[in-house]
Amino acid sequence: MLTRRSVLGAAGAGLTLAGSGWPRFSESRAAGAPVTPGVPAGIADAATMETLPGKKPLIRLSYRPPNYESPLDYFRTSITPNDEFFIRYHLSDIPDVNAAACKIAVGGDGANGQTELTLDDLKKLPAYEIVAVNQCSGNRRGLSNPHVAGVEWGYGAMGCARWKGARLKDVLAIVGLKPEAIEIAFNGADGPAFDKTPDFIKSLPVWRAVDESTLIAYEMNGAPLPHLNGFPARLIVPGWTGTYWMKHLISVTALTKPQGGFWMNPAYRIPVGMFPVVARFVTQENATTTPITEIVVNSLITSHADGAKVKAGNNTVSGLAWDGGYGITGVEASIDGGKTWSAATLGEDLGRYAFRPWSFAFKAKTGKNTVTINATNKIGQTQTAALLFNPAGYHNNVMQNITLNAA
Amino acid sequence: MRTIAFAVIAALVALPALADEPTIKLKPGPGLDKVEGNCGTCHSLVYLQMNSPFLNAAAWNAEVTKMIKAFGAPISDGDAKDIAAYLAANYGT
Repeated sequence: MLTRRSVLGAAGAGLTLAGSGWPRFSESRAAGAPVTPGVPAGIADAATMETLPGKKPLIRLSYRPPNYESPLDYFRTSITPNDEFFIRYHLSDIPDVNAAACKIAVGGDGANGQTELTLDDLKKLPAYEIVAVNQCSGNRRGLSNPHVAGVEWGYGAMGCARWKGARLKDVLAIVGLKPEAIEIAFNGADGPAFDKTPDFIKSLPVWRAVDESTLIAYEMNGAPLPHLNGFPARLIVPGWTGTYWMKHLISVTALTKPQGGFWMNPAYRIPVGMFPVVARFVTQENATTTPITEIVVNSLITSHADGAKVKAGNNTVSGLAWDGGYGITGVEASIDGGKTWSAATLGEDLGRYAFRPWSFAFKAKTGKNTVTINATNKIGQTQTAALLFNPAGYHNNVMQNITLNAA
Repeated sequence: MRTIAFAVIAALVALPALADEPTIKLKPGPGLDKVEGNCGTCHSLVYLQMNSPFLNAAAWNAEVTKMIKAFGAPISDGDAKDIAAYLAANYGT
C-alpha cells in the first residue's frame, strides 16, 4: 500500500530547509472556534482557532491542504488586513518561493511569442492599484441546505485588499495575442501531493484577461503578499470568484482551444441559467453547466453575531456589502421579518470591487428582535430570499437574518 | 513544469509540516486502518469529519470514487469498498 512517506519521497531533506512553503509551526491552537451557525456538525466540532506564522488566529477547517477562514469580527473594516486574510488551497505541495528566482512563463499557441518575466520585470511595467474583494467560490457552502460535500466554509472565505501590480493586458502585450486566442490559462507553483492528482490550472476568457482591472499583483495592502496568499505574485480578477485568482503564479498561457482538466470541468461549475450573472465564459459552457464567474450581490452583518445580547433602545447594526463589480447602490434592513424595509447608511466607497460598509440604526424592543438585510447593486440585482440550491453550494446570497436579544 | 519555471526550493516541503500536523482521531471501527492509510496520504483526515453527518452510503461511495477517478488516488477496489463502508457507518446519515 502506498504510504504517506513513500508519496512524499525524499522529503527528509526538507527537514533541514530554512524555509518551508508550509505553515510549519503553528504558534497556538485552541479548541473550539466561532464557526458560522448552520455549518455541518462535523466541522463545528472539529474546527479550531489556529495561529499560523504571520497571521492572527484563523478558523482552521483543514491543515493539509491549508484551509482557514476569517472569523466574523475580522470583517469590521472594509479592508481586511493581510494577517487576517483567509487561506484556501486545493493541493498540499506548497513550495517556498524564492522571489529573486521567480519567473513567470508567458506564451502559448495563442501568442505570437514567448518570454519569461522576473518579479523585477513585472515591477518595471506600469503599476496599478485596485481595492477588490477576493471571495472563494465556495464561501458559505457550509450553509447549503441540504449540505453538500466540500470544504464547509461559513461566512469567512473572503477578504478585501488593496492590490498593486501590473495589468495582465500589459504582460500579454509583450508577447502579443493572435486573433484566434480564446482563453488565457494560469498555473501556480503549488501542486498535488500525488502526481496522478490533476494540477490546479485555470483559464479566463480573453476578454476578461485583458480587462483593465485584471492584475498580476505583487503587493497586498502595501506589503508583499503573505506566503499563503500567493507570494510573490498572484492573479487578481476583481469581481470574479477566487478560483481564478491563481496564487504563486508561474505561467500565463494563451490558448486557441478551451483549457481542459478537472478544475475547469466538472469543478467550479454552476447550472446554466440558475443565477442572474451577466459575465459568461462561453467557450467553457455546455448544455447543462457553465463556469462560475462573477460574485453575486451579497452582504453580511459583522457588528453582531446571531443571538447577540443588546440593550433595549437605540442600537446600530453594521456590516459590509459587495458584488461582482457593478457597485453597491444600497442596503436595506428590515426589523419586521421583511414586511417593511428601511435604507441603511452606506459608508466609504473604495471602488466598485470593494467591500462597501453600511450601518443601520434602530430601536430594539425588549426581547427578541430580528434584523434582515438585503443589498442592491447598480444593475438592480438584489439578494435572494431562498437558497438557489446547486450541487457545489456556490453563490449563496440568501438575505441574512439575525436575532438580537434585548434586555 | 513547476521546477522549470521556478528555481524554487523544489524539495517536497510537506513532511516538515506533518510533524506539526494536528492528530485527527477518527471513530474506531472496521476499515479505519484503510481510511488512515489511503485518505490520509493526500489530505488531512478532518475532511471526513467536516463532511458529516450528511452523506448517505451512496454519497460516501461517490466521494471515494471521485478520489480515485478524478484525483487519481491509488486505492484498490477492496480498500475502496472498506473505506466507503467505514464512512457510511461512522460519518454517514
